[in-house]
Amino acid sequence: MSSHVQSIVEKYGKDASRLMDIFHDLSNEEGCVGCDEIAEIANQLDMSKVDVEQTLSFYHFYSKKNCGKYSIYLNDSIVAEMMGRAEVADAFEKATGTKFGSVSDDGMFGLYNTACIGMNDQEPAAIINGVVFPKITTYRVRELVKNFRSGKTVDEMINSFGGGQNQSRLIRAMVTNNLNRRGAVIFSDYEAGSALDKLSAYRPEQVIEEVKNSNLRGRGGAGFPAGLKWDFCTKSEGDIRYVLCNADEGEPGTFKDRVILTEQPQLLFEGMVIAGYAISAKEGILYLRKEYEYLENHLETVLDEFRKKGWLGNDAAGIEGFNYDIRIQFGAGAYVCGEESALIESCEGKRGEPRNRPPFPVQVGYLNKPTVVNNVETLCSVVKVLMHGSEWYKSLGTKETSGTKLLSISGDVRYPGVFEVEWGITIKEMLEMAGAENPKAVQVGGPSGRLIGENEFERTICYEDLPTGGAMIVFGQDRNILEVVKNFTDFFIEESCGSCAPCRYLTVILRNRLQKIMEGKGIASDIYDLEHWGKQMKNANRCGLGQTAANPILTSIENFRSDYEAKIEKGKDFETKFDLDAAIQESCRAVGRFPQA
Amino acid sequence: MGLFNNIFGTKKEERTTSTVDQAHEKTNTSTVMSEKIKFTIDGKQCTADKGTNLVEAAKQNGIYIPILCHFEGIKAAGSCRICNVKINGRYMTACTTDVADGMVIENVNQEIQDLRKIIVETLFVSGNHYCPACEKSGNCELQALGYKYQMLVPRFPYEFEEKKVDADSNKFYIDRNRCVLCKRCVRSLKTKDGKSIFAIKGRGHHAIVNIDHDLANKMTDEEAQEAMDRCPVGSILRKERGYVDPIGSRKFDKEPIGSEIEQNN
Repeated sequence: MSSHVQSIVEKYGKDASRLMDIFHDLSNEEGCVGCDEIAEIANQLDMSKVDVEQTLSFYHFYSKKNCGKYSIYLNDSIVAEMMGRAEVADAFEKATGTKFGSVSDDGMFGLYNTACIGMNDQEPAAIINGVVFPKITTYRVRELVKNFRSGKTVDEMINSFGGGQNQSRLIRAMVTNNLNRRGAVIFSDYEAGSALDKLSAYRPEQVIEEVKNSNLRGRGGAGFPAGLKWDFCTKSEGDIRYVLCNADEGEPGTFKDRVILTEQPQLLFEGMVIAGYAISAKEGILYLRKEYEYLENHLETVLDEFRKKGWLGNDAAGIEGFNYDIRIQFGAGAYVCGEESALIESCEGKRGEPRNRPPFPVQVGYLNKPTVVNNVETLCSVVKVLMHGSEWYKSLGTKETSGTKLLSISGDVRYPGVFEVEWGITIKEMLEMAGAENPKAVQVGGPSGRLIGENEFERTICYEDLPTGGAMIVFGQDRNILEVVKNFTDFFIEESCGSCAPCRYLTVILRNRLQKIMEGKGIASDIYDLEHWGKQMKNANRCGLGQTAANPILTSIENFRSDYEAKIEKGKDFETKFDLDAAIQESCRAVGRFPQA
Repeated sequence: MGLFNNIFGTKKEERTTSTVDQAHEKTNTSTVMSEKIKFTIDGKQCTADKGTNLVEAAKQNGIYIPILCHFEGIKAAGSCRICNVKINGRYMTACTTDVADGMVIENVNQEIQDLRKIIVETLFVSGNHYCPACEKSGNCELQALGYKYQMLVPRFPYEFEEKKVDADSNKFYIDRNRCVLCKRCVRSLKTKDGKSIFAIKGRGHHAIVNIDHDLANKMTDEEAQEAMDRCPVGSILRKERGYVDPIGSRKFDKEPIGSEIEQNN
């Protein structure tokens, strides 16, 4: 065993910053990273065991304990719930004979709840030993478990192939693209390398100037101008620079990058080469969420093609002295790693805890070098900006928001999937486009965004009005808003890194207070408390996760106050529903005496 | 444009090149700079050497900014969030900020005080703090902050979550009922060759402080005492040695937290 761990550690140059890769390899081979392995890694890297474990224990998909021969990670996003997850979860528990959060006695099955796996357009979905099983029904659950018991592998249970590249030899996934609308920028006519052929005609600063002039803003949600970010990075002192691509789309309801990575990874890698050239970077890293590991062979093959064509490697894209390559770095199930400084920490083999700023990543980033972190969609857009010019790009969208946006639309719509639209479309138009009948609410930008009702459906999707990273979850009239809010709040609790005290625990307090209202035990002041405490979350926390963790509560109270008021006790300013019998149950059991009925 | 000022207006923090957390990384205090700058805290004109940490700069001007995770000489973490102040209208943690010329800082107003009180109360209910029986009572910074912010009873319900006590080390035990995850121990107590004795395990509200017992058992009595003294609450306590100072003669029995700073005001 120890020689095996040693060979993996040596494969990564005995470099503690590659700890995530070491865990990745070991987990894929052994299913877990046990105590002995932890000790051996610590020994090999000359660090303490607790340091190894502090990174390991941070990530949802890494474990010290065995997770079963078949590790079943069932998505628990709100859309999965809406599409019948409860029945599927129940069927899994019955068929495997174990509960969620545990491994069956025979060690065959491990059942785990997991945050949105980027399949909201085909829920309920699960990842079993790395293979994505979308559209699971109770019938399918019984079939899967029965066949696994008889020794079938997960690959043998693949019974369909999604369209497009999903059915290629390198992917062979059941996942469907649901690319419902192609647009002018990302999903338009494209031949790989078109922009790279032109690249040598530009000086790096000219590339930056072109991107700046296009007004392209970061597509992850925050909307920072991409050209400006590159500019800042080049102006920071540093002998080495890095380009990191954030392909950790963890916002529940987002799945646009999945489709780009499946259908057009060339566009992304081309964008990463352009970014690397613009900021004179040494290396590009694609930080890929582990949920999309099924795309690994496909992506590695495309990278190899790039190297063969001379677009990567020494004198990349035919530019003398531009030595640049791209590697894939896997995440392992941590929403917070979508925050750029947490992503950098994770790439360095650490816990994905956001850094304090300043300094900003463009100054002090990956391995303390100036680093640009860009979203997948942003980097893809850059290619088209260079191909067709910034003026063309600016002609798309609204006055202040250029280009197109990929929307991931899911929930109560006839056509869930990815839609590329020009900025400037209204919510109402979007709902009509995706086939939403009489919707009650839309979650704009995922849980960290806004829950809006009909009164905001005329609003325009753009930075001037309603900005978004693209996750759009639609709720029909029959949906319970408080259930939605609770699901999102639970998500934030599970995904908090735990560093900031308010994000770590005030979230739990908020959820419990919400739960109290949902149980019909709330009073008017509980709604006030939720608002008041929720607002302080915005002020108190370090990163975007913590600052927005109360958004589901705050925006739902803003737009659906009547749903809260319907659940509270009217005219009461104190709690009347104290259940004495329930409260004394524990002591009754302890003393073995019960009150007479 | 405010954005530019934010990114480039503040001095770059020193960072070392190694990828593994550095042991004993020092905060950037006023060791090199001597240029005096002016700023205001709650309207009061203050001066300090350029590049001074804001908590320290306020202290030099007789103003107390509460801290809990911060510890002089250790790289700031900004994790308890109690030192939140408003700088030029924006919330920022004082411990992670160096003062800059012209900064307008709000330290005491109703909203900020309420935020700090919420944080103190959150920490109380997220753990199990039975002050009267705790050896740290009177020396405990969390308890002292509770008094400071006049917490009579937390506004939040107690959860009474079960926490484990780890008594497997020879020199001290760690009582997680009281731990506030300030990470002072994690950040500063390392072996001579830079290895971590303490580290975090898990994440979110499941996160705990984990100990490498082999390394902990090699600590000297003085180092174990240092571990206990660094802990702001009674989470790290030395074994075979307790209740040295009787109640009534402990640090905060005599004076409220921060008063030694405010007295100089």
